[in-house]
Parts: sequence; C-alpha cells; structure tokens
Amino acid sequence: MTQLAALAADSSATALTSQFLTFLLGAEQYGVEILKVQEIRGYSAVTPIPNTPPFIKGVINLRGTVVPVVDLRAKFAMEATEYNKFTVIIVVTLGHKVTGLVVDAVSDVLDVPAAEMRAAPDLGTRADTRFISGMATIGDRMTVLLDIDRLLAEDETAALESLN
Amino acid sequence: MELDLTRFRETFFQEVTEHLETMESALLSFRDGKADGETLNAIFRCAHSIKAGAATFGFEATTRFTHVLESLLDRMRGNQIAPSGQLVELLLRSVDVLRALVDAAARDEEAPPVWEGVLEELDRARVAGEPKQPKPAPEEEAAPPQNPAPAPPTAAAYTIGFEPAPELFRLGLDPFLVLRDLAGLGSLTPEADLSRLPALASLDPATCYLGWRLNLETTAPMEQIRDAFAFVEDVATVSISPVKAGAAAPAVEASPKPGVRATTRETIRVATEKVDGLIDLVGELVIAHSMAAAVMNNFTADRLPQLQAAMGDLERHTRELQERAMRIRMTPVGTIFSRFPRLVHDISQTLGKQISLEIGGEETELDKGMVERMVDPLTHLVRNAVDHGIETPEERRQAGKTEQGTLRLTAYHQGGNVIVEVTDDGRGLATARIRSKAIERGLISADENLTEEQIHALIFRPGFSTADTVSDVSGRGIGMDVVKKSVEALNGTVTLQTAAGRGSTIRIKLPLTLAILDGLLLKVGEQTYVMPLISIVESIRPRQEQIRGVAGRGDVIVVRKEPLQLLRLGRIFHIPQNGEPACGLAVIVEHEGRQLALLVDELLGQQQVVVKSLETNFRKVDGITGATILGDGSAALILDIAGIVAMSHAA
Repeated sequence: MTQLAALAADSSATALTSQFLTFLLGAEQYGVEILKVQEIRGYSAVTPIPNTPPFIKGVINLRGTVVPVVDLRAKFAMEATEYNKFTVIIVVTLGHKVTGLVVDAVSDVLDVPAAEMRAAPDLGTRADTRFISGMATIGDRMTVLLDIDRLLAEDETAALESLN
Repeated sequence: MELDLTRFRETFFQEVTEHLETMESALLSFRDGKADGETLNAIFRCAHSIKAGAATFGFEATTRFTHVLESLLDRMRGNQIAPSGQLVELLLRSVDVLRALVDAAARDEEAPPVWEGVLEELDRARVAGEPKQPKPAPEEEAAPPQNPAPAPPTAAAYTIGFEPAPELFRLGLDPFLVLRDLAGLGSLTPEADLSRLPALASLDPATCYLGWRLNLETTAPMEQIRDAFAFVEDVATVSISPVKAGAAAPAVEASPKPGVRATTRETIRVATEKVDGLIDLVGELVIAHSMAAAVMNNFTADRLPQLQAAMGDLERHTRELQERAMRIRMTPVGTIFSRFPRLVHDISQTLGKQISLEIGGEETELDKGMVERMVDPLTHLVRNAVDHGIETPEERRQAGKTEQGTLRLTAYHQGGNVIVEVTDDGRGLATARIRSKAIERGLISADENLTEEQIHALIFRPGFSTADTVSDVSGRGIGMDVVKKSVEALNGTVTLQTAAGRGSTIRIKLPLTLAILDGLLLKVGEQTYVMPLISIVESIRPRQEQIRGVAGRGDVIVVRKEPLQLLRLGRIFHIPQNGEPACGLAVIVEHEGRQLALLVDELLGQQQVVVKSLETNFRKVDGITGATILGDGSAALILDIAGIVAMSHAA
C-alpha cells in the first residue's frame, strides 16, 4: 500500500471508532458516548420532585444550575441498592438539556471500533432493547452501549403516561 | 472595495425607533400646550437624521418621504407655518407612515401604498407656507418663547465656540465639514485654538486636539447655525452667542446624557457609571477573596476571627455585586409608559371622549424582562379604561363630573415590590352587577357568599365581561384573565378597586426581578420547600378545636370565625408528613381573592432566594414554580400556590 493509502485506511479506521464511558449497574457494564458526557460527580443528596415517576430521583445543584437526576437502576427495573462511595452521577448533555444519571460505579473509557459493534439481541440484559444502540465485547467483558438520547427522550412520554 | 453596511443597518433601525418616539412625544406636547421653541427643532433634527441614514442605505421611499417632512418642519420652525391642530395630526400620521416605511425597508419589502397619499398632503402643507419676505417683528422678540424666535432680517454677528471632544475623529466626524457649512451661511472668520496640541512626538493622529473660536456674519436664523452642528452636538461643546444682543442667546451646550434606556430588541443601553461601578466591585471581590484564601492557606485555630472577618467582607461584596448586577438589567418603566399618550390620544379621539393621561413615577426601575412583558397587560388595561371606564363628555356632565376624564398611570416602589396602578375617574364597576354577571356566566352560584374583594376578583376570570356590546377596542372578555395570567407569570398579583360612578384602580404588584424571590423556607417531612412571601397572609399553630372535617370534602380550619380549606402538602405531593395538624403549622395563603391554609411541619425562616428554572433541564412540574439553591448547596423547590390549589381540587 502506498503511504497515502495507508494513512487513509488508518484514519478511516479511527473515524469509525467511537469512545464510550462505561459504568456498572449491578454486575452488568453499560456505556454511553463519551462526547455526551459533561462530567462525573460523586453522589450527593438529591431533592425529590413530587409526582414524578420513580426513575426520576429529583434534582441536584450543579454549580448553580438545577439538574434532574435519573435513576438508571429504576429505569431498568432493577432493585434499589445501597449507595456507597463508588456511586456517582454521570452528567450528560443532550442538546441544551443537562441530565444526571445515577450509576453504581464508573469503569473506563472504551474505544469501540465500528467492526466490533454488534446489534442488540432480544434478551440477555435487563435494559429495554429500545435504549440499546449496540453491544461490544472487548477483552472478555461485554458492554451494552446505550442510546442515551432515546433513553431520556422516552422519559418525557413515560413520565406523562405514568401520571395519568 | 464594497463597503459592507449591513452591520450598521441594525443600529440605524434602532436609532430610527428612538427618533420616531421622540418625534411622537414632541408632537403630542403640542396638543397638551406644552411645546416650546425647542420642540420643533427637536422634531426637525430627528427627521433630518432619519433622512440622512435612509439616504445612506438607499431606502428611497423613506428618503423621499422624510425629505418633504423635513422641509415642512423647517418652514414650521422658521415660523413660516404655524403648528395648527390639523397640522399636528398630519405630522402624527406621518410618524406612523414613517414607521411603516422603515419597517418595510427593514424587511426588504415594498412600502404600503398609503405613504404616497400622506406625502402629497405634506407637500401641500409645505407649499402653503411658501416663504414671504420675513418681516421685522420686534414685538415677537419680547413675547414669551411659545414659538421659535423669528430670524433677524439683517445680517447679525455671532461668536461661536466649537470645541470637539478628543474622540471626534474616531466617530467618523470631521470638524472641517462643520466649518464649511458655517462658511456657507455667511462670512466666517475662524480662529483655531491650538492650546491642547501636544508635541509632535506624542501626537495621536486619531485624536482631535483642536478647538475653534469663530466669528460669523450671516442673515441665516440661529436654528440654521445650530443645524451645522447637528451631527457633532453630542461630542462637542458648542456655544453660539449673537454679538449685539442684550440677553445672551441660548447657548447650545451638548453633554453626553447618561441614562438607562431599553430598546425593544435584545440590547440594553446602560449608563457607563453602572458598568464602571460593577467592574470596581468585582475588583474588590477578587481582593476580598485572596485575603480569605491567604488566611485559609496557613490556617490555625487562633486565626478563626480573621477568617470570619474575611468571610464577612466576601459576603458584603457579593451581596453588593448581586444588587448592582441586577440593577444593570433594570430599566425605567417610563420606556413602556411613553407609548400610552399616543394610544390614549388616538382611542379617545375615535370614541369622541376627552381624556387626560397623567403619568407618574416613570423613573421607577424594573427588570428589563419584566418591563417588556408588562406592555401587553398594561395596554389592555389602558384601552379598557378608555373604552369602558371613562364616560363620554355628555355622560360626565350629566353625572356632575368634569367633561374631561382623567386616566392616571403610576409606578412606585413599595417594600421590595414595584406597584403599577391604572386609575380612572370613570364610571367604575357596580359590585352587584359583577355578581349578577358572574352568576349569569356560571362562575359562581347564586347562594355563594363572597366579600366585596372576592366579587371584584371575579372580573379576572376567563370569559367574564360586563360589556354589552363588543367594541373593536376591547370588551371581548378575553383580556382581564390574560392580564392576570401575565402578571402572575411574573410572580406578581393584580387587584381591582372600584366604586360605582367614581372610577376604578387596577393595582399590579410585582417583585423587583424575576430572578429573586422573597420566600419562606418550610419543611414538609424531610424536605425543605420555599413558599413565595407575596402569597402568604399569616401562619398560625392550629389548635385541635380549630380543625373540623367537612364530610367528604376534606378538612377545614376555623380562623377568626372564618372557615378556610386546609390542605396537607404531604398529601398533594405524596410525601410523608406528620399526620397531626395540631403538631404542624398552618400557613394561610391568598389565591384569587380566596384564602386557604397549607399544613406544613416546620417553618425555617424567611430568605431571599435566587430562582432557578426547572424547565431548562427538566420540565414544568405541577405545584412547583422553579427551584433554588440553599445555603448548604442543596436544591429546594419553590411552591406554586395556584398550582397547589388546582392539584388539591383534582386530588
């Protein structure tokens, strides 16, 4: 291969690699696109909002802005767990809205080449398959990659439905 | 090289808006008999500026129109045409046409055809005042200055001082053009004042160091001499004095006018002092912080008093910074009041009524965002007063009132709020009539016992209108409840006081800004909430005997013989709350003229809180009107009384 072609192949390979921030919910590992992650905060007291579905934990103060916090375990119908020093809130930005996600622990940043991405199966994980954009097995660990936009957009309609 | 003028277009349109407003209020002052010699000059200068700008941007229709307008105004200020009532009306209409022309130009559209008709009228008026030989008028010189002073027919000598500000060149202005204009008026002898000129080495070519002392002999009137300085007025000190006149002629002193004026676009004009003060304060805050940080760096327990002092300093400076920063957004209510003289004038003419509009407290400042959102509600209230409130002259005569009705628009500060009142001395509203209309419209039942205040509050309900016919001005019954909603959206309240035959007052109470709220911190179960102080009447510790259950309808608390609905916040919000009412506290709030009691567990004290939006990142929540950050860094929700009441009905 000429140098130019080699470069082109190389860059196209990296262009097709996405990076994900991975975290744990129970024993399972999930990931969200790193570009959507604004920051990671330790878990602090959340102010509950009345008459909201159980997966909306409430709001927190993020440097002067009031940001809602979603309990992913509740969203995926897992049992509640004790929060400990590893519990964090992953703050994601979607368009103009900032939202926090409570997870059990943060793992790592994962490079997933497009070739390694697999489609979501029908069963096997607790997460609703609507929210899964794909799966990847890196090393011996399987990570479920979440479509965070759809996950949080669903909240609106789900929240409204649960109120009726 | 193409000169890109698009950036300047926006500025031009903003300035045109201001010029048109100035012209309008100046013209209205003629109608009120408050015009003086300077008024016509002011109108002329506005028209002149608009023409110059329009010509620069190639707005042909506007330029042509303004040119004729300007010529007419020139004749008027030269006292060749008198400002008759009819002429003033024509000029007011021209202002409207000009507005439409400029709007069309801004949108790159064709101007509405009506402008050509008005242009013809203006031209006819102008031609009617063809200059005859100006006659010497000694008696007019002695007359009080109701009209511009007449021009002396023979050549007069003037001493003119012209001292431009150093930044004159940077504004694109050239003093030589001024001198050239002056030279065109007669015989000019200039004398340059070089005293401020520095040595060549330190000379900044972009700065103007020169001044002039000029002698001018001319037959032109004073106004024309002043006109030569029209473009440099704001950045130069100019004095014009006739050499032989006994009394000194009015010197044209120009000074930059600091003031806070808001345009209706996204910009704010702020006085430089406000900004400078803010910058100074930020500097002091930085210093206070470094002092606190220094104490913290090598902190030992015995340095605690120093830390406390440093924190005290920080708190003081932060608080002052907050106040000053908020004041940057504050603009005087006068900016929206200014449109009402014209509105009242037009509507009262249409309806054949005589109404005098009095405006007070225009300097009262309010957050810019709130000021803008008050325009529609106030407009409706004013139209309402003119249309329904104030009677026709015959009706007023028959009622023993003066033929001219008075509409008063006032704004003032009162205890951390801004009050805006619309008062008229018209026919008022009969309480009984409101009540019967409300029954008719099914808003209340015939046997409901309401206080006078509660009956008056009914006019703010949707669908309510006591007008028998729907005029095209108002009376569709849509307005009042929208006014109320708009005011409540600003965390304010609106009330009506009225006396049949004597008039009405609508009183709007607004917090100083949307961003800050006076609140009462309270606890329900484990959670802290904030209740807006503006809704709270009082809080009491209920005794068991005061609480009664009403079969199937919930609890009631009797306060001073009055039964009030008792709502348990815990039940509405589905959070655990201490069950016994006698162990809690009842906060009595007012909503839509009704009072009700909210049961909470604890009161934590009053506090001014900064309102943070919940909708920005989440969505609207019933019963909640935002959130705030408490001193311990946690978020607390702010209660919405109207929402809570609605939720209690549904529960």
